[in-house]
Amino acid sequence: MTEISLNILDIAENSTRAGASLVQIFVETDTAADRLTVTIADNGCGMTAEQIAQVTDPFFTSRDTRKVGLGVPFFQYAAESTGGSFHIESEVNVGTTVTAVFVPSHIDCMPLGDINSTIHTLIVCHPGTDFYYRYRYDDRTFMLDTREFRQILGDVPLDAPEISDYIRDYLAENQKETDGGAVY
Amino acid sequence: MKSLEELRAIRERMQGQVGLRAEDHTQTRVVVGMATCGIASGARPVLTTLSNLVQEKGLSGKIAVTQTGCIGLCQYEPIVEVMEPGKPKVTYIKMNPDKAAEIVERHLIGGHIVEDYTLASADLK
Repeated sequence: MTEISLNILDIAENSTRAGASLVQIFVETDTAADRLTVTIADNGCGMTAEQIAQVTDPFFTSRDTRKVGLGVPFFQYAAESTGGSFHIESEVNVGTTVTAVFVPSHIDCMPLGDINSTIHTLIVCHPGTDFYYRYRYDDRTFMLDTREFRQILGDVPLDAPEISDYIRDYLAENQKETDGGAVY
Repeated sequence: MKSLEELRAIRERMQGQVGLRAEDHTQTRVVVGMATCGIASGARPVLTTLSNLVQEKGLSGKIAVTQTGCIGLCQYEPIVEVMEPGKPKVTYIKMNPDKAAEIVERHLIGGHIVEDYTLASADLK
């Protein structure tokens, strides 16, 4: 993985596969504290204590197409190698929350990358799942809530081309106003 | 800030058009593998390229671009599968945005499989 945003896409895919009806993604940068915190929280099927203990092991997976499961270990390593931290919390039938803290100034911190492309891909490719995305850069914040979008749209689907374009522009414009076009 | 007013306006414009794009058995499905293996090898820009081009060329009614998990051939990712009704599935391997654009032009629009990029023509050992 070359971008934090690709890890986010990967972890959020797990949430949709866990049958979540709502996936919440928070990307929060605090430049003064030199911290970038990523939280992915879902209300999917959750994991047992035994599965949580194994989920950071690259040689554990619940799938049977192959013997390895690298998504969570990649994300954990990406965060911890910057001097940050990684935490996963889960309860069966309640959901899973993954939190990763990065230290952006660390030489091993990968760039956040194209986070808008990640959020856009998730929303458009999972029309049955709701996403709540919040992006904070110091004291400025914007959010996107597909439940709110759906209320306005009625029977117009989120993956209709016009709406897909709107979501892309909404993310790009609002991110720029929130972080002033900062690259990190 | 971009406002939700704009979204309301789009909805007003679109009312009445809904239902035209309903999925049915005549639709071609283009599926991109988006598990860890796919994402790490560059599936996200491939998916974006495919859906943008299908939209730009006005093919959204005939072609649905979707995603799936691990196809089980991680070493050949990014993988794109094209499923046309009544035809055998075509599996394209080691995709990138340029190759994906070529597949839209030559296969999805032109109707010819791009043999150079298929799993069937890969030299498997």
